[in-house]
Amino acid sequence: MVGEAGRKGEGVRSDCFARIELKDSGGIELNVKSKVEAMYGDKIRELLYRELEFFEIKNCLLYLEDTGALDFVISARVECALKRANPEIKKEFLLYMPERFFKKSEKERIRRSRLYLPGNEPKFFLNAALHEPDGIILDLEDAVSPQEKDSARILIRNALRSVDFKDCEKMVRINQGPLGILDLESVVPHNVNVVLIPKVETGEHVRAVDAKIQEIRKEKGIKEPVYLMPIIESALGCLEASYIASSSPNICALTIGLEDYTADIGAERTNEGKESFWARSVIVNAARAASIQPIDSVFSDVGDKEGLLNSCLESKGMGFEGKGCIHPRQISVINQAFSPSQKEIEKAKRIVLAYEEAQRNGLSVVSVGTKMVDPPIVKRALKTISFAENIGLLNKEWRSEN
Amino acid sequence: MAKLNLVENAINRLVPTEVNGKEGIPFKGVHKYTPQGKKASPKIFSANQYPLDGNKVLKSLRDAFEFCGIKDGMTVSTHHHFRNGDLVANMMFDVFEEMKLKDLMWFPSASFPCHIKAIDLMEKGIIHHIEGSMNGPLGDYCTEGKMKGLGVLRSHGGRWQAIQDGEVKIDIAVIAAPSADPFGNANGVNGEAACGSLNFALADSTYADRVIVVTDNLVPFPCIPWQIQGNNVDAVVVVDKIGDPSKIVSGTTEITKSPDRLLIAQLVADFLEKTEIMRDGFSFQAGSGGISLAFVLFLKEKMKKRGIKARFVRGGSTKYLVEMLDEGLTDYILDGQTFDLKGVESMRDNPRHIPTSPFTSYNYNGKGFFGTFVDAVVLGATEVDVNFNANVVTHSDGRLLHGIGGWQNCLFSKCTILAVPAIRDRIPVIVDEVTTLTGPQELIDVIVTERGIAINPLRKDLIEKTKGSGLPIRDIRDIQKEVDEICGGKPKPLKRGEEVVAVVKWVDGTILDSVFKIG
Repeated sequence: MVGEAGRKGEGVRSDCFARIELKDSGGIELNVKSKVEAMYGDKIRELLYRELEFFEIKNCLLYLEDTGALDFVISARVECALKRANPEIKKEFLLYMPERFFKKSEKERIRRSRLYLPGNEPKFFLNAALHEPDGIILDLEDAVSPQEKDSARILIRNALRSVDFKDCEKMVRINQGPLGILDLESVVPHNVNVVLIPKVETGEHVRAVDAKIQEIRKEKGIKEPVYLMPIIESALGCLEASYIASSSPNICALTIGLEDYTADIGAERTNEGKESFWARSVIVNAARAASIQPIDSVFSDVGDKEGLLNSCLESKGMGFEGKGCIHPRQISVINQAFSPSQKEIEKAKRIVLAYEEAQRNGLSVVSVGTKMVDPPIVKRALKTISFAENIGLLNKEWRSEN
Repeated sequence: MAKLNLVENAINRLVPTEVNGKEGIPFKGVHKYTPQGKKASPKIFSANQYPLDGNKVLKSLRDAFEFCGIKDGMTVSTHHHFRNGDLVANMMFDVFEEMKLKDLMWFPSASFPCHIKAIDLMEKGIIHHIEGSMNGPLGDYCTEGKMKGLGVLRSHGGRWQAIQDGEVKIDIAVIAAPSADPFGNANGVNGEAACGSLNFALADSTYADRVIVVTDNLVPFPCIPWQIQGNNVDAVVVVDKIGDPSKIVSGTTEITKSPDRLLIAQLVADFLEKTEIMRDGFSFQAGSGGISLAFVLFLKEKMKKRGIKARFVRGGSTKYLVEMLDEGLTDYILDGQTFDLKGVESMRDNPRHIPTSPFTSYNYNGKGFFGTFVDAVVLGATEVDVNFNANVVTHSDGRLLHGIGGWQNCLFSKCTILAVPAIRDRIPVIVDEVTTLTGPQELIDVIVTERGIAINPLRKDLIEKTKGSGLPIRDIRDIQKEVDEICGGKPKPLKRGEEVVAVVKWVDGTILDSVFKIG
């Protein structure tokens, strides 16, 4: 029985290729070719022996071609090769997860930018958080070819445990249908914060995913919540948006995928986005009605920073709270655009101070100067201030600084 | 190879006391060694030995070598302005073979993978050894201990110094010239193989006993500008093609798409802004290579926004520097070598785009060099240690990887920044001790990585300036610890060979470190 997994050849970096041949006798034979042999060759062999012992493999030929992969990658590729060689193997070889990598999220946390990472490309994982997106999406869906889904699933499971994503919310985009349910078994027990559900067209769709997540949480004793972010990518999905948005209390945000949506309605996608104005507005309204966050699609021209900024400002103007990123260089533009401006903060400060003053004096009417301020405006100002405090734009002690 | 006597130099690195039959002086410390004596001088010749009509054209390279009296054991030099597109050194190798010469020393200003034939000539005993940068297959040949003599790695400035001080006596210099006249005047700005300046060959042309100019573009006298003066030239040879233009000005000018490298470049630009090194009338050097090019773009944005103009920019010029010059963001480009066609055109057409030689920019054994008063340089490195020493010549596995180029010479800038990724695949870049010490700690001020910026504790002024700046300033050991953890612990120390295969020279001619045989 032979199984292969991983990648080799020109241009492959920080990854490896594993080929395992299971045998009946002869013991374990390792053949390791590594770019970092001089520095980490011994450690790599140690890991391989440990993993083979865990899977109770006593006789095999294991060939590993390594271009500087980290342990979480090597062990994932070997596990996948093994499972391809013998599909009966169900155990999971889990690496130690440092306490500090464990992240708990909140339903209302800030989600300005979320960076998509192709799920089978480990070289992008390691430094993703250094670019400071609010969230990182390990993508199992469109970015992974059908024959690599099993491989990416193991890799992502390991990444959720072994990669320091710092302050980023850990998200996974699962596949559609039964594949997506398999995905959940691999990621839910390993500290995923948000599951993105692609191509959602009904509330039932979301509820089915949610039910599976709750089942796994119960079975594995996971205490931390796992939130959901449905992605609407079709005309039907748009028409169902308000049902989808309120289909589970675990939904934290609703978003739209414009590439598929525009194809579905038979329109060409433009940078100006006139063709999707209605759909995006529907998302904003459906999300707001359900008290969750409306999040916009990605801007696909990575080189066009000005276009990205304009697109973000337009989104923000429509009521969106964030946008997807397909390249780390987009993050700072998006974060800045969806953060309150200095002018907005100053205005909010005046309103909040007036509101607090009115409360102290037992007044029900808040006024700034000669102008009366309505309660929704106060609510928004409070939100702006807490937002600005949370992202470090405003010192928490600002009241005493004034 | 005879067993060499090794001694510890001032920074505790083991170096030989003899290099290819000449005395080797161990490194004494930065600014600690002052040579005595007179400069080298070539032979005197007379106009009565050359055609009075000014026509020195001979019909073949072999004729030229014969005219110049090539003999076994001589030193022959070439320049590397054509980089991996050079055809002339290989023509020269063919002549050596044809003439059945022996034990020559090849002294290129740098070698490239296109010169792989040199291995064959060393195997046959035609070339005894190479003094000059070696990488790729030549680097492996040397690090595996197969070369008969020691490799000697010098910086561009150090090469000038070695020629000028008589440490290396060039018998015959071969200068590939994109444009030349029959008298031997030559330049690099015109012709099919235009490469910018020819100044890496300037010392060769003035100190060698004999000089051969090889061109594929012979123009009537005068060839203007005459970067190489015909008065130093013995013979001119015309061939079909001296270089492959697509490889001369190669793809080094692509801005990196790597998000991590862009992040590093952004941090470097931020650092120069926050420390106010970027101010009106400042100067900086940026080379080729992904991070440096991206850094120039980020810095340019900041300069424009703040209305700041540089007095001069030191290149390796690229179209990005040329744009700065054209937009009035710098008064001058002082150019050591040209990396793309825009740079070549600008050098030819813009009087503010000045070709410089290693003499003006880099030569340490002289009455100063302008490299010491460039405000900031941004360089790369393969390894940096926790004491801020750096390695640029060997890979972490001990193999020769790069030449030194102008790297050592640039370290004298007022602020030397090494912009390096903290991890390359699974290889930590910050180590306890560098494999080969190429740059000493007191000259390296700042290390910028994607995981933070480390400032040399000697630079209290910079540490002070960056307080409260919002820059991610970190202790270098912190970054090292973080990266080691990611890689799965400290890398296993390299098992160094016993035998010295090459030496790294310091800019003053002393020996900074040795490269040992691998395996």
